[in-house]
Amino acid sequence: MSDIAGTKPALRWVVHASVIFLVVLWVVPTLGLLISSFRTADQIATSGWWRSLFPSEQNLTLRSAAPDTQQLENGVYVIEGTLFDADSSTIISKWGINSRAIDAFEPGQTAELRRGGTITVDAQGNYRMENPEEFTGKRGARVFVTAELPPEFTLANYHKVLLAEDSTDSMGKAFFNTLTVTVPATIIPILVAAFAAYALAWMDFPGRALLIAAVVGLLVVPLQLALIPLLKFHLNIGIGKGYLGVWMAHTGFGMPLAIYLLRNYMAGLPRDLIENARVDGATEFQIFTKLILPLSFPALASFAIFQFLWTWNDLLVAKVFLIDASGQTTVMTNRIVELLGTRGGNWEILATAAFVSIAVPLAVFFAMQKYLVRGLLAGSVK
Amino acid sequence: MHPAIQGLLTIAIGVSACVGYFYLSNQILDKVLFPPRGPNAGRNINRANMIRPWLFLFPALAALGLYLAYPVVETLRLSLTDRVPGGGYTWAGLDNYIQMANEPKFWEAMRNNMLWLIVVPAMSTAFGLLVAQLTDRIRWGNLAKSLIFMPMAISFVGASVIWKLVYDTRPAEQDQIGMLNALYIFFGGTDPQTWLTIPFWNNFFLMIVLVWIQTGFAMVILSAALRGIPEETVEAAVLDGANPFQIFFRIKVPQIKTTILVVWTTITITVLKVFDIVFAMTNGQWETQVLANYMYDKLFRANDWGVGSASAMVIMLLVAPILVWNVRNARKEME
Repeated sequence: MSDIAGTKPALRWVVHASVIFLVVLWVVPTLGLLISSFRTADQIATSGWWRSLFPSEQNLTLRSAAPDTQQLENGVYVIEGTLFDADSSTIISKWGINSRAIDAFEPGQTAELRRGGTITVDAQGNYRMENPEEFTGKRGARVFVTAELPPEFTLANYHKVLLAEDSTDSMGKAFFNTLTVTVPATIIPILVAAFAAYALAWMDFPGRALLIAAVVGLLVVPLQLALIPLLKFHLNIGIGKGYLGVWMAHTGFGMPLAIYLLRNYMAGLPRDLIENARVDGATEFQIFTKLILPLSFPALASFAIFQFLWTWNDLLVAKVFLIDASGQTTVMTNRIVELLGTRGGNWEILATAAFVSIAVPLAVFFAMQKYLVRGLLAGSVK
Repeated sequence: MHPAIQGLLTIAIGVSACVGYFYLSNQILDKVLFPPRGPNAGRNINRANMIRPWLFLFPALAALGLYLAYPVVETLRLSLTDRVPGGGYTWAGLDNYIQMANEPKFWEAMRNNMLWLIVVPAMSTAFGLLVAQLTDRIRWGNLAKSLIFMPMAISFVGASVIWKLVYDTRPAEQDQIGMLNALYIFFGGTDPQTWLTIPFWNNFFLMIVLVWIQTGFAMVILSAALRGIPEETVEAAVLDGANPFQIFFRIKVPQIKTTILVVWTTITITVLKVFDIVFAMTNGQWETQVLANYMYDKLFRANDWGVGSASAMVIMLLVAPILVWNVRNARKEME
């Protein structure tokens, strides 16, 4: 095709433009949430996240210094200062002293204060209040400014979501719970399935073909069917709801894919290798541990990634087999759904919580994409 | 005990139990039961080789049987019985199914599931094929593919939050913070819409989330299939003066037809099991119910195991044709 595209530059541009369009379409929703997680609640609620990338015009309510800082200069009481931090580069475009007319004055103009006296504000936010009589009251005068603000991001949401001690928003505990579910639920099925896959790939026994067909069949059985019978079973044998139950459930549910992937891979290993080992007097156990397992590393890695992503991202199995009324064993996906229900409007908490849970799978995804793709290609029934 | 330590302990115990089981059972077989020595050495070797596969298979078969095969039978039984308060079951025949068929919510879930079954696999496969073809010959194609593949790693729940922000609605006088409403207003819409509460159409807003996730999967598989097409067929078509569209639709697509079918059915199965997206975004309100969420409602909110199991059987029934097709293909391949 490259030769055709080469002769038709227009077509090549259309291809590039369409791919850019599709990539943007796919990435932007995630980007929106990521950026939102670095904004304050106010920022999220008042402007779209896409505006946060550019300097934005915002209305701020600020206050001058309190009257107890006033000084007497040539018979006039004066309060001086700046509305922003000293190193701020904010430029004021309009300002006012009344909430109903927040853009009444240009920078440099002077306004009459209601309680007596005048105030002058310049574009940099420096102000000077003058009054022939003493300023009274405890607090300074309110000043409303319209200013161009540079993009501003904060890590406060992550601090709150991850580290807040007693807060109901805390994801720290849920993060560790998720990890606790995931690691054993990834490692144990691999081992169990690898032995079975070897038997199905390289041992001859009656019923082998039937078993392989059964595994292919079980690959698509919806796990919804398993919820009630197995919950009943777990309650009957006394393990109830808890980590042990969820580990066992994930092991069972991951088994068909594990066996299927590993068997396909092992069946593709060179026959000579295994037969030579047999002739040399190696036992099947030795062949498996010394030869097959190391050679099957790519397939083991593929399945490990699948199982990791699936157990980390799972909601249903955790809800049914793990999370009890005490709420001590909640996982991140479940916390997020709860947050959606109770704090649906608090986007700063939601976005941050979601990103805490997304970050780990994304890291695994980008680090090990090669194995994931390989696994997908082997795993889809041809 | 802290769950993390418990977890580490489980890994240690689980792994050593597995290894120990396989090692010891093989040892017993070779050293105690049928040692390959003495007068019956030949017979013993044969016998040991007959038993060994089952030693390797036993733990996996136990897990498969207990966690997937048994539940199918048990769910069927539960769907045909009613729980008696205080314990025990009574035979209910088809009562649960009849009760389910009389519920409008069930038919709403069925209708929506059919929509999902048509739209999601079709859109995901089409987008996947489009991206696979477009990125095939451009230099930054791998980067583009990896970005479109990325949602695969994101949980359904995470994706729900991502898209809820896209669909967010603010009162008309405020700045819109949801992208869809911002675009809608930008292109001349007057009132911001609450997208997830518009009956019928809200289903499509939920489906977009799954299409967004599954397109990457379709793309990866179809991209590999496109690469596998023999160069000569394409070159011959070029020589014959076919234009790029003809090459794509007349030469390439027919050659990867089976792969397209595989992608389609795999996504179909995912669609039938979809639960998290609906649960997290609308929980079946505003006429967005689907079977898997309906079943969850019945089982764990209404505590009606009979009807819940009946609806699980409906999902099983819908999966069954694909199951049969897969098994037949697998058997054909092995011969």
